[in-house]
Amino acid sequence: MRLSVNGEEREIEAGATIERLLEDLGLRARRVAVEVNREVVTRDAWPCTELRERDSVEIVQFVGGG
Amino acid sequence: MRESTDTFELAGRTYRSRLIVGTGKYADFEQTRRAVEICGAEIVTVAVRRVNITDAGKENLLDYLSPDRYTILPNTAGCYTAEDAVRTCRLARDAGVGKLVKLEVIGDPATLFPDVPATIEAAKTLVAEGFDVLPYITDDVVACLRLQDVGCKAVMPLAAPIGSGLGIRNRYNLKIILEKLSVPVIVDAGVGTASDAAVAMEMGCTAVLMNTAIAGARDPLRMAKAMRLGVEAGREAFLAGRIEKRLYATASSPLSDLID
Repeated sequence: MRLSVNGEEREIEAGATIERLLEDLGLRARRVAVEVNREVVTRDAWPCTELRERDSVEIVQFVGGG
Repeated sequence: MRESTDTFELAGRTYRSRLIVGTGKYADFEQTRRAVEICGAEIVTVAVRRVNITDAGKENLLDYLSPDRYTILPNTAGCYTAEDAVRTCRLARDAGVGKLVKLEVIGDPATLFPDVPATIEAAKTLVAEGFDVLPYITDDVVACLRLQDVGCKAVMPLAAPIGSGLGIRNRYNLKIILEKLSVPVIVDAGVGTASDAAVAMEMGCTAVLMNTAIAGARDPLRMAKAMRLGVEAGREAFLAGRIEKRLYATASSPLSDLID
């Protein structure tokens, strides 16, 4: 199925969870936060939250800023 | 002198350093880490941004600034609506550095002045969701009072536009805010050099927040030290209580027993 991840189109197997997506991206162990369709999905819900076709996912982290 | 007891409380935690610094615009993470260490800050601001999913990089800012050692203060820089600022704060909280946030809702790209109604609206929502909100705001006492009323833990009026280095351009407005507010007043934005930081502290501000003034200096590590000293000097002068200004001279040496 197709997703939008940080504004880019991405293919992932149907029924994949957020945890699976983060694993694919090498981000599972990182300090990131995730939004799906503009709602935060908390860390504890990553393993059980299945993504759906055309979901819009945002993955963010902390960077330098003032 | 009660130097050892000069601390302040912010959202339930006690701090000694009255210098809060941003972490943007440094050459690299190592320089950021050293500047923060030298300036003595205990609270550091960070931004929340998309991970580059094609090249996430190996290192992260927080590998250099441990949340065990520093209070990490995520900001909502770049947000132009209350909704985006609230979303950003929710994401920041889920990234696991606590519930303290620096709220910025920008209203104009040239001045980076805040959108006051949107800032108040976002603050209200965030307080209701349990955040400890520190809003960046204009030097308007009414706006500051509204933010205090909705439950913000401090107010952070600008002293001049963000990154401008123009110094404290609004002493009288800041003085009114200092007189009328009961929550901490933290000058956020405008400081260009150490004397500016000292001025803000001499006026009685609880703390000063800066980024560009250190990171953009020719020698950021040296400026980090200068800012630490400037903030400390200004704070000590505030506590010491300056002399009254007079139009005419008053001699410092005795007027008696002069030689003939």
